[in-house]
Amino acid sequence: MLSSWTPPAPEGATAGEELLVAFDRERDFRLLICPAWFDEANKLRRFTLEVMRRLDRAGVDCLLPDLPGCNESLAPLEGQTLEGWRAAMTAAARDLRATHVLAIRAGALIAPPALPGWHYAAQSGTKLLRGMIRARTIAAREAGLAETSEGLMAEGRAAGLTLGGWRIGPAMFSALESAEPTLAPGQSELAQSAVGGPGLWLRAEPGEDAGQADRLAARIVQSLAGAPA
Amino acid sequence: MTVSHNLDGAALDLELKGLIADVLGLDPEQAQAFGPETGLFGHLPELDSMAVAGLLTEMEDRLGIVIEDDDVDGEMLETYGALLAFAETKLGDR
Repeated sequence: MLSSWTPPAPEGATAGEELLVAFDRERDFRLLICPAWFDEANKLRRFTLEVMRRLDRAGVDCLLPDLPGCNESLAPLEGQTLEGWRAAMTAAARDLRATHVLAIRAGALIAPPALPGWHYAAQSGTKLLRGMIRARTIAAREAGLAETSEGLMAEGRAAGLTLGGWRIGPAMFSALESAEPTLAPGQSELAQSAVGGPGLWLRAEPGEDAGQADRLAARIVQSLAGAPA
Repeated sequence: MTVSHNLDGAALDLELKGLIADVLGLDPEQAQAFGPETGLFGHLPELDSMAVAGLLTEMEDRLGIVIEDDDVDGEMLETYGALLAFAETKLGDR
């Protein structure tokens, strides 16, 4: 179930292997999952795996790579860029011979445009940063420190910033400020309203919801079978 | 995201309780039983700074308001009544 793939090497470095969780039985449909990011990655990890289990039972191979700098990756998170993650997901799609993509939340920002598939509850870079910056200013205030959103944004652009325990480098930070998910040909939006119930990324603690996982997997299976998404 | 533009009184109350239930993973009935004096920040263990940030961002999305740094203080988050009053003021300002 654990396997590996090789993202493109950053300039001047050697390429390192990254791990992935895979339900890989060499079937016709091979779904690459671009996971949610940072704090949302933790909140949605179990849900993501639950959706993968259902798709596996329905005959779809599922491939969930670690983003370089996250999970088991040995690459430093601070050096990651939006372009680098895009290139990594494109390399993963090629290495793993993916036929479709399911991008979750901010994962939609790096979905390989050549693959047909779905953006589940896509999140923009702007909103992602806004939520994380706000959490930091609130925590700072509790600790009696004076930090403003404006000041933190400037610091993030210039030198990078640690948000919710995630060290985001200046290049990634600046790129996220204006990053919007775009649907490539063959990709469609799967809104939370299509899945029903409150999005699990909203929860203060990681949770799960079997009904939501059932419905999300069913939408994908239907769509793969040729029914309108 | 649904932006409800004409929220007032009971509709706002319902929306805000639903939103808190979604963020904190509470039973909708538990949230609907909130009164003006029900304690929030410092009373509900689920409501840490990350969850407060999520709650405020979700309020912006669903209520169509913008919440500034200076709006956020301990008082506004202390009780359900204070948060509801804050949302009413913000909606009135638009």
